[in-house]
Amino acid sequence: MLNNAILSAAAEEVKELSIGDAAITAIFGYCVVFAGLVCLMIVLYCTGAYFKSKNAKEEAEKKAVAQKSAEKTASVVETKAELPLAPGSAGHVKLFDVPDKEAAMIMAIVADKMQKPLNELHFISIKEVK
Amino acid sequence: MDILETLKTLWESSGFHSFLIDGGWKNLIMICVSCVLLYLGIKKKFEPLLLVGIAFGCLLVNLSYFGSGSSDALYHLDLWDNFLNHDHPDYHSYGAIMRNGGLLDILYIGVKAGVYPSLIFMGVGAMTDFGPLISNPKSLLLGAAAQMGVFLAFFGAICLGFTGNEAASIGIIGGADGPTAIFLTTRLAPHLLGPIAIAAYSYMALIPMIQPPLMRLLTTKKEREVKMEQNRVVSKTEKIIFPVIVAMFVILLLPSTAPLVGCLMLGNLWRECGVTERLSDTVQNALMNIVTVFLGISVGATTAAERFLSLETIKIVVLGLTAFCFSTVGGLLVGKIMYKLSGGKINPLIGSAGVSAVPMAARVSQMEGQKANPSNFLLMHAMGPNVAGVIGSAIAAGFLLAVFK
Repeated sequence: MLNNAILSAAAEEVKELSIGDAAITAIFGYCVVFAGLVCLMIVLYCTGAYFKSKNAKEEAEKKAVAQKSAEKTASVVETKAELPLAPGSAGHVKLFDVPDKEAAMIMAIVADKMQKPLNELHFISIKEVK
Repeated sequence: MDILETLKTLWESSGFHSFLIDGGWKNLIMICVSCVLLYLGIKKKFEPLLLVGIAFGCLLVNLSYFGSGSSDALYHLDLWDNFLNHDHPDYHSYGAIMRNGGLLDILYIGVKAGVYPSLIFMGVGAMTDFGPLISNPKSLLLGAAAQMGVFLAFFGAICLGFTGNEAASIGIIGGADGPTAIFLTTRLAPHLLGPIAIAAYSYMALIPMIQPPLMRLLTTKKEREVKMEQNRVVSKTEKIIFPVIVAMFVILLLPSTAPLVGCLMLGNLWRECGVTERLSDTVQNALMNIVTVFLGISVGATTAAERFLSLETIKIVVLGLTAFCFSTVGGLLVGKIMYKLSGGKINPLIGSAGVSAVPMAARVSQMEGQKANPSNFLLMHAMGPNVAGVIGSAIAAGFLLAVFK
């Protein structure tokens, strides 16, 4: 309650409002507005800093999770590359963030659109565009 | 039946007869003024939502009120004089107003009780995105700087012989915030409400004409050309917490701002919290429109010729313009300081948006910035000081209210 004390002092000053008193009241009032908004600015900076650091943490966690999943996918791809080719297929396909089922569906759709048998097409890689 | 006597009675009870006696000519002048205001509102689109209502309220009161004997008037100055007179039996008696008042007297109760300005603030809160302010809290300094006109006009009014209460009400015109001006004036100097409200809304409508010359005068082309970096994205949680923090902080600081800041922040919380869309929508549209209807017409009613046509009104109009200009100058000067301190990263034009006429002042900053550099987009940067100005003018009003009430 800023200012019960200050305001009552100001009120006393302006009982008989001479030009001098008016000038003091005006300057004091302008200072109160500034002081109020500067305090509010500090509060906003503090809350902003808290939320920024919180967001940065969350983003870092998300990045870490994404990196882990990317590493996993890469190891899966490497594992698959070691497997022998399926009979009649044209070669291995590298998958980036795409589950096997979706990759199979995409390849089937492409083959259908191209009017070519699937075993004559060689898909090099399928990558999810984010 | 004496036809001649009846005709004479009819003639004497008519408004036409009243124009010819006891200063009735003043009503004629005010009717012309109301027609000019209607022209400005309708043809020139100067704040038409309010100005048309105010102008028509002015027309209605000056067609029906010709002094204290006007029993059929829509608005009675004498009733409100009694309402404010400590020694009168009807002192602070809304019952007496309801019993004896006309339609506009009854609508005016909402102004007198401070209900309409607070509800308008609720609507403004529901329509305002405080994101630009939250992402750039420095904007608050510009909002504070742009209250300079309020205190300079206050000082000027004292020098011109107004009382402290009157000077405070006149000064707040510089806040460029109609509801705040009405709120403060009804509490401190209700007899000046008509000229102050009309001056405040007229100047708010004239911002695109008043501000640009000052902006060009006080800034260099190099300063106006500055392109500002994009603000950070503000999370939903921050937007929800903001109105709660501001309400707590400002109301604890200056309790007299509670009706305005409380309603402003409640409206904003409804907008941002995401679970009260219906309420937010109602406050932004239906409620805002209804209150605007009542506010406009009842403020217009206070412009009865008997009070409005005076030297005081001319002084208020001049002081109001001075207040507006100095508020703009205050914002621009602090904008220039921030430009220097930031190494030229802040465009000082956004300082003029610190006067709280939302969003008109921000648009003017955008237009001037784009004139200097067509690839410049200052609107979102100017919205920060613009909404800071709303909070700043409420604090200024709270201070004046606390000192002079």
